[in-house]
Amino acid sequence: MRMAVSTNRILKVMESSQIQLLADWVKALRGTATARSSSLISDPELQAQCQELITLLSTALRNARLDAIDDPAWEPTREYLAGLSRSRGRQGFSPTETAMFVLSLKEPLFAHLRRAFAGDNEVQLLLDVWELGKLLDMLALYTTEVHQQAREEVIRRQTEEMLELSTPVIRLWDGILAMPLIGTLDSSRTQVVMESLLEQIVATRSPIAILDITGVPTVDTLTAQHLLKTVAATRLMGAECIISGIRPQIAQTIVHLGVELGDVITKASLADAFRLALKKLGHNPAQA
Amino acid sequence: MPQPRTDSEGGALRIEIAEGQDVVQVRQRAREKAQAAGFTLTEVTKIVTAASELARNTLEHGGGGWAEVGVVATGVRRGVRMVFHDEGPGIADVDQALRDGFTTGGGLGLGLGGSRRLLSELTIDSVPGRGTTIVAVRWK
Ligand SMILES: Nc1ncnc2c1ncn2[C@@H]1O[C@H](COP(=O)(O)OP(=O)(O)OP(=O)(O)O)[C@@H](O)[C@H]1O
Ligand SMILES: [Mg+2]
Repeated sequence: MRMAVSTNRILKVMESSQIQLLADWVKALRGTATARSSSLISDPELQAQCQELITLLSTALRNARLDAIDDPAWEPTREYLAGLSRSRGRQGFSPTETAMFVLSLKEPLFAHLRRAFAGDNEVQLLLDVWELGKLLDMLALYTTEVHQQAREEVIRRQTEEMLELSTPVIRLWDGILAMPLIGTLDSSRTQVVMESLLEQIVATRSPIAILDITGVPTVDTLTAQHLLKTVAATRLMGAECIISGIRPQIAQTIVHLGVELGDVITKASLADAFRLALKKLGHNPAQA
Repeated sequence: MPQPRTDSEGGALRIEIAEGQDVVQVRQRAREKAQAAGFTLTEVTKIVTAASELARNTLEHGGGGWAEVGVVATGVRRGVRMVFHDEGPGIADVDQALRDGFTTGGGLGLGLGGSRRLLSELTIDSVPGRGTTIVAVRWK
């Protein structure tokens, strides 16, 4: 069963709770910003930038798919972010800080969505949160790309930092965390991914964590080892870990490699994993 | 060192392997070539995964080296051919290295044996103290 993201539901929330959303976002931004970057920009200016981006996002969402930021309807948003990225670069913000500007919208926006639709088709909610998260990742990545055009040398390190930032843990539901993994899972990044997941398990006291690997192009022995370690560490924290998004070709390759996933719970899709998680928590997921 | 055969789709460019990012490059090249050779998605994934294993071995166990990935055609057969070369410590006992679970580095010890299962041919030419050259082919 395939479900589509509901742009209408997202728009409804963005419009009906605009003022509160804006306030929450600014607060989140001030919370994450370093003292140095806070001094670079005034409150009214920051607020105006947030307001502008929310307006642009709503307009684009009304007219285009949210997984195609190359679409002409996304042009005004991209242009605005490009300008913002350049001016922030001149002001001394790092690309990472500019990316954080976009990424920090996730938490407040998701919280508003959850509040608005609690108990009303959780699977749809999950999908919306998920797709919206990916959209914001793409837009954030776009701001770093713009930054990079000007500063070739520092690029790679900062892109890597950005990728680390783009896999934050998302609270899908009370007691259910999910982490979308994108890109390659080599070396240092995996460490960051694992640590942030474990930290969030403790912070939110979630009994279930879902690791979604739909966005991981290759699962080799190193990746498999990292996944197994993450699952084992999750268990040590008293939580359960479900791996979702194992595509057929990846499943076949893992088997040939000889990797044994043992008793790790795996699901083909994130929605399946989410349903299972709800069931484990004693909820009865609304039939979508 | 074996000479790569002529690449009918145009040069098997050499990719230096000196850091983690280079392994990503080898994977990308393997994906391109496997797609160009007309492999199915599952087969492409297998080839890319094997490329990843062998390139990482070159980096981690061989201390760095290079890889060449190209499309080959002999008669009616088409395939992807990959060569990995390093001048590291070499492999003392190849049979042992191929055994599932054998590792000298804290890995799963599945990379070499797994790659052989994922591909059609895998020849290991290794001299202790001199280095390792691996030629791997996946035929359609
Ligand atoms: N290019 C190489 N040079 C020297 N030794 C090698 C090379 N490639 C493989 N080896 C040896 O063979 C062993 C087995 O390799 P294999 O790839 O199967 O496992 P691994 O790299 O240890 O772990 P992983 O499962 O993560 O690949 C290695 O531990 C290493 O000792
Ligand atoms: Mg290996």
